[in-house]
Amino acid sequence: MASVDPEIAKTQEERKRMEQQLASLNSVTFDTDLYGGSDKDSYLTSIPANEDDENLDAMDNEVARKLASYTAPKSLLKDMPSAPESDADIGFRKPQRIIDREDDYRRRRLNQIISPERHDPFSAGEKTPDPSVRTYSDVMREEALKREKEETLKAISKKKKEEEEAAKAAPPQQQQQKRRNRWDQSQDEGGAAAAPVKKAKTSDWDMPDTTPGRWDATPTPGRVSDATPGRRNRWDETPTPGRVGDSDATPAGGATPGATPAGMTWDATPKLSGMATPTPKRQRSRWDETPATMGSATPLPGATPAAAYTPGVTPVGGIELATPTPGALQGSITPEQYNLLRWERDIEERNRPLTDEELDAMFPQEGYKILDPPASYVPIRTPARKLLATPTPLGTPLYQIPEENRGQQFDVPKEVPGGLPFMKPEDYQYFGALLNEENEEDLSPDEQKERKIMKLLLKVKNGTPPQRKTALRQLTDKAREFGAGPLFNRILPLLMQPTLEDQERHLLVKVIDRVLYKLDELVRPFVHKILVVIEPLLIDEDYYARVEGREIISNLSKAAGLATMIAAMRPDIDNIDEYVRNTTARAFSVVASALGIPALLPFLKAVCQSKKSWQARHTGIKIVQQIAILIGCAVLPHLRSLVEIIEHGLNDENQKVRTITALSLAALAEAAAPYGIESFDSVLKPLWKGIRQHRGKVLAAFLKAIGFIIPLMEALYASYYTKEVMLILIREFQSPDEEMKKIVLKVVKQCVSTEGVEAEYIRNDILPEFFRNFWVRRMALDRRNYKQLVETTVEIANKVGVADIVGRIVEDLKDESEPYRRMVMETIEKVVTNLGASDIDARLEELLIDGILYAFQEQTSDDANVMLNGFGAVVNSLGQRVKPYLPQICGTIKWRLNNKSAKVRQQAADLISRIAVVMKQCHEEQLMGHLGVVLYEYLGEEYPEVLGSILGALKSIVNVIGMTKMTPPIKDLLPRLTPILKNRHEKVQENCIDLVGRIADRGAEFVPAREWMRICFELLEMLKAHKKGIRRATVNTFGYIAKAIGPQDVLATLLNNLKVQERQNRVCTTVAIAIVAETCSPFTVLPALMNEYRVPELNVQNGVLKSLSFLFEYIGEMGKDYIYAVTPLLEDALMDRDLVHRQTAASAVKHMALGVAGLGCEDALVHLLNYVWPNIFETSPHVINAVMEAIEGMRVALGAAVVLNYCLQGLFHPARKVREVYWKIYNSLYIGAQDALVASYPALEDEHSNVYSRPELMMFI
Amino acid sequence: MQASDRFNINSQLEHLQAKYVGTGHADLNRFEWAVNIQRDSYASYIGHYPLLAYVGIAENESIGRERYNFMQKMLLPCGLPPEKEED
Repeated sequence: MASVDPEIAKTQEERKRMEQQLASLNSVTFDTDLYGGSDKDSYLTSIPANEDDENLDAMDNEVARKLASYTAPKSLLKDMPSAPESDADIGFRKPQRIIDREDDYRRRRLNQIISPERHDPFSAGEKTPDPSVRTYSDVMREEALKREKEETLKAISKKKKEEEEAAKAAPPQQQQQKRRNRWDQSQDEGGAAAAPVKKAKTSDWDMPDTTPGRWDATPTPGRVSDATPGRRNRWDETPTPGRVGDSDATPAGGATPGATPAGMTWDATPKLSGMATPTPKRQRSRWDETPATMGSATPLPGATPAAAYTPGVTPVGGIELATPTPGALQGSITPEQYNLLRWERDIEERNRPLTDEELDAMFPQEGYKILDPPASYVPIRTPARKLLATPTPLGTPLYQIPEENRGQQFDVPKEVPGGLPFMKPEDYQYFGALLNEENEEDLSPDEQKERKIMKLLLKVKNGTPPQRKTALRQLTDKAREFGAGPLFNRILPLLMQPTLEDQERHLLVKVIDRVLYKLDELVRPFVHKILVVIEPLLIDEDYYARVEGREIISNLSKAAGLATMIAAMRPDIDNIDEYVRNTTARAFSVVASALGIPALLPFLKAVCQSKKSWQARHTGIKIVQQIAILIGCAVLPHLRSLVEIIEHGLNDENQKVRTITALSLAALAEAAAPYGIESFDSVLKPLWKGIRQHRGKVLAAFLKAIGFIIPLMEALYASYYTKEVMLILIREFQSPDEEMKKIVLKVVKQCVSTEGVEAEYIRNDILPEFFRNFWVRRMALDRRNYKQLVETTVEIANKVGVADIVGRIVEDLKDESEPYRRMVMETIEKVVTNLGASDIDARLEELLIDGILYAFQEQTSDDANVMLNGFGAVVNSLGQRVKPYLPQICGTIKWRLNNKSAKVRQQAADLISRIAVVMKQCHEEQLMGHLGVVLYEYLGEEYPEVLGSILGALKSIVNVIGMTKMTPPIKDLLPRLTPILKNRHEKVQENCIDLVGRIADRGAEFVPAREWMRICFELLEMLKAHKKGIRRATVNTFGYIAKAIGPQDVLATLLNNLKVQERQNRVCTTVAIAIVAETCSPFTVLPALMNEYRVPELNVQNGVLKSLSFLFEYIGEMGKDYIYAVTPLLEDALMDRDLVHRQTAASAVKHMALGVAGLGCEDALVHLLNYVWPNIFETSPHVINAVMEAIEGMRVALGAAVVLNYCLQGLFHPARKVREVYWKIYNSLYIGAQDALVASYPALEDEHSNVYSRPELMMFI
Repeated sequence: MQASDRFNINSQLEHLQAKYVGTGHADLNRFEWAVNIQRDSYASYIGHYPLLAYVGIAENESIGRERYNFMQKMLLPCGLPPEKEED
């Protein structure tokens, strides 16, 4: 209680202060959370005058390029003024917690223990390690102990089970179907993660499984209940509350509660104190929030089942449970709990009984007597009864205006002292110490250091970007000073925090990365610790998290060295937990890619041949698989040795090892493709033998390996081996197992696409079975099956031709199942696109068109693209042959254009654009004209998506039949389009501007100039569009229009537009001016433009300069004729007081210089350089940038020697500030033209013993 | 680092220095600069074959010898560095 009072008081005080601040109107306050606590220094002091400043990539400014069409500067096209994209970008998105999107399997990372530091034999040298330090042998021994225990437990439970079975003679347990996570198997989608098969049904799965108990070594995260009681043991080692339901669900498990070995495991674990808090696996309850603190095991109240399972044994952590101390912040406490406690405390505080002192203060001193309570009085303790007690009003209560309590605390989080960022409730347990207002001087140096680290970390985690940046830099700079221990002891637990968000994790991982770099070999004792935290990143859903994880591990292995990495990870290789083995295998592959495969080979070899445990072999082989996946074709040099290392695994006694070996071979072959078949020679025989021996999962894996190896073979062998494997494949066509189906399809695809497999063979041996088994409606229902089947069929079609495949499935276009029709349509589309329609005979053609029309009309689902694409592809590939059907097709289209559903209308319009070209080929111009009129009538469409499609259809018709033959005539069409240009929908805009541009290009004369002027104004707005395509089309259209109606009118309006206030608008206008100048030759524009510069208005003058800058950028070489004309104007601008004037003029000079390089305008350029040069001391970033670029331009145009001569005057100037600037220029000069400078360096005089002269340059013959 | 440096190529001056040995800075002295100049010059002579041939003819030496000489001279093109006065 005492600890809370000052806290509350402090918060109240804080609040009061804030309120005062808000109340005072003379100081500017704003919500710093929302707007960010920015200081003025980070503001820009000048505006970029051209958009170039936004793209810093120098490569983007290709100036002297030839203009194929009218363009705007890339930068303008690329990033245009955009309103903030979405709220998500500016921090309104709800932060995403990692744990919320994790599945159970991934959540198991929280079960890992951040292991204590380990002995570093390198730094210790020959010394015997301190007994308190964990050495490699300690860890290995612990690991062995764990394994042994597990074996024993398994034996016990097995025995128990047997006894039970014998006693009950009950029917066999029903194995429930479980979902497997693909992490268990391999990264590859089509991995051999064969779905489980019911045990009772077939012995396929069980037959080769010599050790039935081993199956469960691969935990399946999503499993509903444990299959057999014998399987439970491992998972119950850590008593997890969520597990309770488990045991309930399994009667057998529940039958042996007292004797469940789980409890014993728990107690006997040697590293009890290091155990992380167990977290439930099933549903996310608030217990999940429990942060795993290092070194303190805190089974939560919910975890009591652990005790229930272990009668007679003291449950661990009971001490903490026995005395719940709500006031103690330092224990592990969830944010919810914390808030609850605080709230409770607050209520209690207000409703506490009055003390004697308070009563004394209330009542008058005299006239009252204090009586002793009667002996029989017992105070009411239960609050519920208190509430029920009848209130005894003392007379009529009058209304009282409640007094505002300004100091009241409305759940405002406590502010952290010392300018530290806001602390979230769950941060208290890590950073709580910072809240104690201790005097820094009183602390020991170590504590001070600790505090400093915590502060920095808190800033990195929760601070504003500037805070974060400086904190990160400090952490990096002082990393060695802080030391590895204190740093990692602070960082790593934070990463295990269950409530961590993506952003926070990213930042913390970044800290680790930076710190690693500085600490270098000092990290050795912490390698395993770091790995425990980082390894889960390797299997994260988020790609970037995976990349980050890889980067860290790779840096870690470079810092710590191979020996340390192996020593740290070796014990995990045969860890009993599959999760640990999986992540370790991935981590090892990263180590291999960082330190080179050869370095790791001997170790891998030893692991893969481990006699001790199958887990080690399994993990070793998995490492090879991961290496192949990770480094791709870079495995080639080591392919043979990698295959040799794992090949014996194909004949391993353990089924899982065999499976993973086959999968690894598949990964290796995939990575090595199309090379390296010779390395696989040794495994061909066991693989092909294997497919005859195995069934189920193993067979699937073997088939997968074969599927990847066959494409590497030469034609002859491929054909032979394909025939060998095809027998099995065809047998497996009937397999009911989904995974098997996918793999079979994939292997068929791989085999078929291989050279050397004859079309005849496929047609006779494969096709009948293939179509019978796979082309069934059920296959269309699962998306992955669907995709795989389409791909495989297309691949087969590539071999056997269109007619065979299309002939077999064309009838199915009229199938009653829509998904199936869609699958047929997609296949036909792909086949026809690939191979054309020349194979299709008249009869098939008829069937095809009929089927397609049927499928097109009967579609109901939203996913319309398949049908549309299919229709388009077929019509286009049939070409002129489609003529007889066109009236029918057009009838359908017209009918659908009038449909009630917007989607249908849109699709119909889209179809017109697809088939317009073919209609032209068929000379159906009259039909097209008719369609044009129909579309024209639909221009009043309300739905923008549909309107966009209609415009697109019109455009395609106009494109095909030309301006003159178009109906409705262009002079009627265009005025209808002008208002549509105002539409803000992107699709409408894009299609409309395309159409208008087309008309401006080809048929400008059909439209009066006044209409074009009107369109010009609309176009100006569109230069701001978000989409690059729209901006590009707009720029082009501007050019066409200017060309069509002459520059004068357009220019006049544009120059007027320069006077408007809105900057965006002016920028767009300047672009437009430059485009007009380019289209209609600069001399039509320059006089008016330069005249405009005389307007004494800043905006206008800047606009003119900017136009000049763009103009010279576009016209490139053409600029040589105009450079003398604009020089006086630029002189003036470069001497202007206004910074932006000089900046813009400098960028104009740059473009000019680059454009006329080598064209003999050096005199004017030197003149301009003389005006540019004094600006080199500007400090405003945009200005100095523009000036430097102008000088770079001069280097190109005038040669490095001239600029060097300007430079020499200041390189050794007495004033440092001057020297700095000059060296900066020198350096960019040097980088740009190192070689050219050699001829023009000044001759330096020799000094004492030093010779500076360059006699070689003086030589002549 | 100045605010103005944030945007241009010099923002990575340190990085550049590592990449281009010949770049300079405000504290470069005459000797260091001269060494850079000399080395660049020799590299240039070697890199332009006609120049090498020209010098070869002028000195009546084989081109290979000239190339070798230039490379050797790049080691200490200006002799030993002068004693620093302030140290």
